Amino acid sequence: MSRKVLVLGEVRDGSLRNVSFEAIAAARTVAEGGEVVGVLVGESVSALGAELVQYGADRVVVVENDKLKQYTSDGFAQALVAVIEQEKPEGLVLGHTALGKDLSPKIAGKLSSGLISDATAVEEAGGNIVFTRPIYSGKAFEKKIVTDGLIFATVRPNNIAPLAKDESRTGEVSSLSVDVKDLRAIIKEVVRKASEGVDLSEAKVVISGGRGVKSADGFEPLKELAKVLGGAVGASRGACDADYCDYSLQIGQTGKVVTPDLYIACGISGAIQHLAGMSNSKVIVAINKDPEANIFKVADYGIVGDLFEVVPLLTEEFKKLKVHS
Amino acid sequence: MNIYVLMKRTFDTEEKIALSGGKINEDGAEFIINPYDEYAIEEAIQVRDANGGEVTVISVGNEETEKQLRTALAMGADKAVLINIEDEIENGDQFTTAKILAEYLKDKDADLIIGGNVAIDNASGQVGPRVAELLTIPYVTTITKLEIDGTNVTVTRDVEGDAEVIETSLPLLVTAQQGLNEPRYPSLPGIMKAKKKPLEELELDDLDLEEEDVEAKTKTIEIYLPPKKEAGRVLTGDLNEQVQELVQLLHTEAKVI
Repeated sequence: MSRKVLVLGEVRDGSLRNVSFEAIAAARTVAEGGEVVGVLVGESVSALGAELVQYGADRVVVVENDKLKQYTSDGFAQALVAVIEQEKPEGLVLGHTALGKDLSPKIAGKLSSGLISDATAVEEAGGNIVFTRPIYSGKAFEKKIVTDGLIFATVRPNNIAPLAKDESRTGEVSSLSVDVKDLRAIIKEVVRKASEGVDLSEAKVVISGGRGVKSADGFEPLKELAKVLGGAVGASRGACDADYCDYSLQIGQTGKVVTPDLYIACGISGAIQHLAGMSNSKVIVAINKDPEANIFKVADYGIVGDLFEVVPLLTEEFKKLKVHS
Repeated sequence: MNIYVLMKRTFDTEEKIALSGGKINEDGAEFIINPYDEYAIEEAIQVRDANGGEVTVISVGNEETEKQLRTALAMGADKAVLINIEDEIENGDQFTTAKILAEYLKDKDADLIIGGNVAIDNASGQVGPRVAELLTIPYVTTITKLEIDGTNVTVTRDVEGDAEVIETSLPLLVTAQQGLNEPRYPSLPGIMKAKKKPLEELELDDLDLEEEDVEAKTKTIEIYLPPKKEAGRVLTGDLNEQVQELVQLLHTEAKVI
């Protein structure tokens, strides 16, 4: 059964986020041969339409309005619902990002639709579109279907492979005019704290520090390593509680959930609280002085040693590898 | 000020997870107030203490949920409401819970509704915004700071580590992020007082809801545990050699670099 499926392309700092390309790939599965329509919402975003097409959208609908310069749930919901009313899709996919988490339940509420949040896989099985999502802090998974409303899901970054970019693909980019009004919550100021460098939730490589880093300065070698690998720096609750870093870096049951290709845990004991935020990473490396540390139980590779010795050596070794390859 | 807290009783995910009959085995497991809802309860108490008014904690759950509601009362909430759906709803989803909560709240003239931003068991984060949408009031999710001046509200919101400062107004629904406050532990006098505080128990009937009004819009068809991970390799030898070996393994065996 082919379906028309909308995908919201999420724009940050003037560029599309990777998770939007992953959402297009998911939408292709949901569409079962039907049309995938990209949606862009913002002040001046139509130039990004072509890229959504190159990643697999068939065409793009753009809603531009100066009241949509910054995300607000009211403004973006009005824009997206207007596109839904015009296109009458059977499916809708967003990234499970701060924006997607905030906006999707409102849209689901407005449309009185089911919604499957934080999907890590999607497949067609037995006539249904089946989403897989982690539950109980990643200790179990559930397979879920929507039984009423749109086939509506948000997809977790880094889990569904995007389609290969095809620069020869073309598709129509049309605009829809929406009267955006009655914004009840207005952003006055954005204080940048975490977003220098690579976004933690979308990073392919995460270098994470625990109590073993001992101080704020102790994060420096981790930052060096992250820079060489193009990765992001994270932390355990212990490191945040000890004030070595900002809570925005915390990975765990409270804090962020990450699933990078490579997770390097430095001086982290591996409390369950922390494992809940990173145990679904593809490859885990543990560096810890204590050979009995729990983190070695979930690690693919471990080095027993002082992180202040091991991490700089690793940084040098990765630099050499980069030069050779 | 008329303040409501949306609370969920959750399985403590620090517990070991096992399946029985295709479901998560809850026998003997520890149940707690969802940790993000503890921030919500604490914030509600602080807002009441600063502005006057009353804090009512609501939960959609079963009779066991009374224990977590009593804990909330012991922390300092004034009243609790349990909407017990155990006998009527077997497979609810976020729509079900949001619809029930909104039906209860629709004529309560709430000034402020606070929930956790996500529950640690099912982790969908949908219920708060869905309730706000059903009540047609604004909402702000994942907040780390709340300042109220009359009906004007300034909220700081965590957005993937950055902070957004948002201006809005009452009535309002917010969902709590870690960092909003430090939830208190119930004191002994608090626990004694909580036993006498009102805890109302309702069923769908009392809200004029039929089962079909709250029928889930999604369905879980399978629950499974992830494949057990094989023990990893702890490298040995000279530290320099270990580091070289690790980089080679990540490059050629794991192929992540």
